[in-house]
Amino acid sequence: QKVSVEVLDHLEHLALVDFRDSEGVERLQKAIQFADQLHEVNTDGVEPMDSVLEDRCLYLREDDVTEGNCTKDLLENAREKVEEYFVAPPGNIPLPKLEERDTFLQGS
Amino acid sequence: LAPWIPVVGLEIHAQISSNSKLFSGSQVQFAAPPNSLVSFFDASLPGTLPVLNRRCVEAAVMTGLALNCSINKKSLFDRKHYFYADLPAGYQITQQRVPIAVNGSLSYSFCIDNKMSQMVTKTVRIKQIQLEQDSGKSLHDGTRSQTLVDLNRAGVGLMEVVMEPDMCCGEEAAAAVRELQLILQTLGSSQAVMAEGQLRVDANVSVHHPGEPYGVRTEVKNINSIRFLAKAVDYEIQRQIEELENGGTILNETRAFDSKLGCTVPMRDKEGKQDYRFMPEPNLPPLILYDAKSLPANMNHQQVINIDWIHERLPDLPSVKREKLVEQYGILPEHSFTLLNEDGLAEFFESVAKQTQMKPKKVIGWILNDLLSYLKQHSLTVKESPVSSFLLADLLNLLEKKEISSTAAKQVLAELWKGEGKTPLEIVKEQKLELLQDQKELEQICQAVIDEQENQ
Repeated sequence: QKVSVEVLDHLEHLALVDFRDSEGVERLQKAIQFADQLHEVNTDGVEPMDSVLEDRCLYLREDDVTEGNCTKDLLENAREKVEEYFVAPPGNIPLPKLEERDTFLQGS
Repeated sequence: LAPWIPVVGLEIHAQISSNSKLFSGSQVQFAAPPNSLVSFFDASLPGTLPVLNRRCVEAAVMTGLALNCSINKKSLFDRKHYFYADLPAGYQITQQRVPIAVNGSLSYSFCIDNKMSQMVTKTVRIKQIQLEQDSGKSLHDGTRSQTLVDLNRAGVGLMEVVMEPDMCCGEEAAAAVRELQLILQTLGSSQAVMAEGQLRVDANVSVHHPGEPYGVRTEVKNINSIRFLAKAVDYEIQRQIEELENGGTILNETRAFDSKLGCTVPMRDKEGKQDYRFMPEPNLPPLILYDAKSLPANMNHQQVINIDWIHERLPDLPSVKREKLVEQYGILPEHSFTLLNEDGLAEFFESVAKQTQMKPKKVIGWILNDLLSYLKQHSLTVKESPVSSFLLADLLNLLEKKEISSTAAKQVLAELWKGEGKTPLEIVKEQKLELLQDQKELEQICQAVIDEQENQ
């Protein structure tokens, strides 16, 4: 079962990944096939586990102020800043639609 | 034309009242220099991890208990992914699968037709309460076509309270949110001041004909006060009805309330339906809460949250306070609502009642009709009142002892309001407002008035 172009396009929009070429898409297909092997196991009546940490204790921190006040350090990473604010474009710049962007997916 | 049934549900975000953030040790404070209350974790720098704040969990448990919820002894954290400049990690840590509290209820009351005499009580089901992170703040600079981002608010703890679509109009939604606000403030779990963004409400609105399935719903955001909430909901209900009656359709969209125009408008920047790609938060194990029965023997106190211990220490909720006021002072239920609706007014009333011989049933009239209307006229809070409970009690005592008439008492109150430091007795003497008790003197005055009338 191949992953459709619509799904690949959807993934590129959501995660801003770039499948770049047929090799990238093939890698994704193989990863899905690999994970699909899980379906061979009968899990009826078994509570799903989402982490091997599930039995660990979740540490609770006291409500004390111990961090912050490092504006200068944080802003050092910013390409653009205005009076201690980070600068971003006016809104999200959506990935152009499939027809309008230069992607190998168009050919598929 | 077939009748329409409006359906209103609410999603309320209440900022948790805590010193530090949900998953980091940076400070929670309203107005501070931009990006000064931001830790490396809040800025999503690589190599940082979330560490859960105990106080935030307690706040959520208290709130869940106050709203009659079942507290989930095991709840989970998830990541909700979307891109926005004020969400540095590209995801928000929330509780999508198993939240901390579920299946509660909230009772609220309001007056029919704005008459204080007819109060209606309704209940709205609470679907769930979940813990989640707040995002930073975006300041849009239209002229320079850029957004300025301040991450001070990023990571502050929020309780999202989801109310089922059991409400039918703006008035109900407003009353429900007001009661929730009072509960949160009583618990101290959130200060819930809407003007400071500590309480944010989104409304889900749809309409349908009786017997038919629910209509398409819209989400209304950008509601900045309880008053605007009622307006926004009612406007949206009307808009949907008109649209459908004109043969149009309702889009499942997000709309913003424009308070200046009093209407809802479609929000831009919502590119189709969002896919949040929820996944378990890999850095946080499940949150386990205990009660008296399940309390583990050998665990460090500080690492254990006991639901029963919190339950025992819940303060009297507004509904209980109102009942006690009615029972103790013989006032009407409507009065108790007004007393609790104004910050400090109930305490003021009780203080006056203790200091005067006048019956509480009479005192309440002076509090609600006279004092409160003065405060409202001058936009003052009870705390800012130039007339203290001591002064008012003093005045009411004069009235009770029949040393002045009630008209005179109102005059004295007007004078007291100027806050010039005079006592009621001093004002009475100054303005010669004492009631004459002497029979003879009264007869003389009456006779003089009659004589003058005859002469004219």
